[in-house]
Amino acid sequence: MNGHFESHFPDSGSVDYSDQSSNIDSGTITELRELADRYPQSRSALLPMLHLVQSVDGRVSPRGIEVCADILGITTAQVSGVATFYTMYKRRPAGTHHVGVCTTALCAVMGGDILLERAKAKLGIDEGQTTPCGKVSLERLECNAACDYAPVMMVNWEFFDNMTPGTTDELLEALMNDAEVSSTRGATITSWRAAERVLAGFPDGRADEGPAGGPATLLGLGIARENNWNAPDPGNLPAPAETEEAK
Amino acid sequence: MTDLLTPVLSADWDGDRPWTLERYESIGGYQGMRKAFGMLPADVMSLVKESGLRGRGGAGFPTGLKWSLVPQDNPNPKYLVVNADESEPGTCKDMPLMMASPHTLVEGVIISAYAIGANTAFIYCRGEVLHVIRRLQQAVDEVRAAGYVGTDILGSGYDLNIIVHAGAGAYICGEETALLDSLEGRRGQPRLRPPFPAVAGLYASPTVINNVESIASVPSILNNGIAWFQAMGTEKSKGMTLFSLSGHVARPGQFEAPLGVTLRQLLDLSGGVRNGHQLKFFTPGGSSTPILTAEHLDVPLDYEGMAAAGTMLGTKALQVFDETTSVVRTTLRWTEFYKHESCGKCTPCREGFWWLVQLLMRFEAGTAEPGDVDKMLDICENIGGRSFCALADGGVAAIVSAVKYFRDEFEQGYTTPAWELFPYGRSALFATEGDLR
Repeated sequence: MNGHFESHFPDSGSVDYSDQSSNIDSGTITELRELADRYPQSRSALLPMLHLVQSVDGRVSPRGIEVCADILGITTAQVSGVATFYTMYKRRPAGTHHVGVCTTALCAVMGGDILLERAKAKLGIDEGQTTPCGKVSLERLECNAACDYAPVMMVNWEFFDNMTPGTTDELLEALMNDAEVSSTRGATITSWRAAERVLAGFPDGRADEGPAGGPATLLGLGIARENNWNAPDPGNLPAPAETEEAK
Repeated sequence: MTDLLTPVLSADWDGDRPWTLERYESIGGYQGMRKAFGMLPADVMSLVKESGLRGRGGAGFPTGLKWSLVPQDNPNPKYLVVNADESEPGTCKDMPLMMASPHTLVEGVIISAYAIGANTAFIYCRGEVLHVIRRLQQAVDEVRAAGYVGTDILGSGYDLNIIVHAGAGAYICGEETALLDSLEGRRGQPRLRPPFPAVAGLYASPTVINNVESIASVPSILNNGIAWFQAMGTEKSKGMTLFSLSGHVARPGQFEAPLGVTLRQLLDLSGGVRNGHQLKFFTPGGSSTPILTAEHLDVPLDYEGMAAAGTMLGTKALQVFDETTSVVRTTLRWTEFYKHESCGKCTPCREGFWWLVQLLMRFEAGTAEPGDVDKMLDICENIGGRSFCALADGGVAAIVSAVKYFRDEFEQGYTTPAWELFPYGRSALFATEGDLR
């Protein structure tokens, strides 16, 4: 058993460092500078800037790293150090749509493990890979803060709640066929790159799409309404409960 | 007696487009802010301090006290940072709040920043929640247009800028000092304390970091007063809070109730454990809080009640697992989470969780050896309390508490795979064909 000496980051071997392609142009550089100017200290903009690089290049490209370093006056090693720390930054091109399946304990137990296997089989790829056509990339996720909708999947960081094997198939087919897809609690799905642009800090005007919340979000509120339960009326407060000392 | 449920933060989640400024103001929004601007910052701080509001992000530190630790004579700018990095397994309260009613948070940010004398505030939101970030961005744009953020807000002479900042996928950035490093454009790794952020935080300047729900609770305290807030909750755990019920329950969801409510009460409201099944174990506040079992159903869910039961209130993320669930499997998954999310700074955490995953995989596969339970506990002892931040302690707590209540199940891992003892398909929400591993 020599597994002890394998890298903790098994994905790190397959990055194509010879691929120097980039779509970054003067417009991108203007926007990157704009991000840097939003913060009291420009380096604070590095995370948003890397999101913007991904939206333009489909990954954190070597050129993107150089440009960020240049604008912020830091080294490319410092930028790379950040880019490799955070899981949302991709060094290999992600698909048009980036699909995640949560398999942290609760989602795994509720069916997330089954959904991940299903997605792998349906797409014919392993986690961490992109379909040959480039349309869908697949990732195993850690908890995405939607446990009341378990098992949960994400597409371009939009929620897909209460997933089943059937709805997983439908979702993946729709994405592969360029059909319109809407998040259960979010907007119409655009693309992973478009999502990255919003995360960088350039809104896409879709905030008003979708509901305020799903059924689980509204469950307690609905029960309170049925029973006419409310927070106390500030003008007519109940007498304070007797404390031990008062007795 | 207060009612069993007390919607305050969630009161308008079923309203008409409750995320808009227009709607929020139509139900009395931004009145708390106006009230605050009529007070001295120090008085706003005192009010929040006296209300007894405690941090809703896990640790339960008194919010007003945290604010008062900011040295007002420090010449550096002061900063308010909202921790919206919600990533603790099981925790799902801040995301629905910010998606449905981002202005509740933004109003809280304005009041809180005013109280501590900050002219720049950040909302650091985890990146993997696109629509939440859209709603936050729009809410901040709306208040900027309305003049509630900017210079000389409503003629108060007070200036404030709010920046919505998206993270990039790292649980550790929910740890407040790692969050600060991340917000400075670095790898998110915790800092040694002291100095505490209140003295030397963001850009080595005085910084207050609060959880979303803590800050979102502030406007209601301004509006309704201390006595109102204290009419809810228990002696040392005041006010209302969001409880998130998930897992093997008939109806999972968000419940806003006074602190001190019990899981039994919440389960009764939501139809109990899923049909035909019984509770096996639950987390009171995320995977970093030691698990509890059916014998704890009536323990008050407040800071003291949970501490007395040997656990923590945490984020009030009640993950419920029924008798079909293998505790070895969930413990392995949680440990894999901590291994994945360890930032790598401290050796006990970085290496320890890796080894614990190897051991737990053997328990799951039924190939562990007699003595491995004690070996695992021994490794835990060498991780907990030996790292910079609480990630290590939280990860260890999940394992130690699982062994405390279900040691025999781990010992069965000396001979029998977990998926034979607890066929995994039975835990899933949908029927499955074939064998699952």
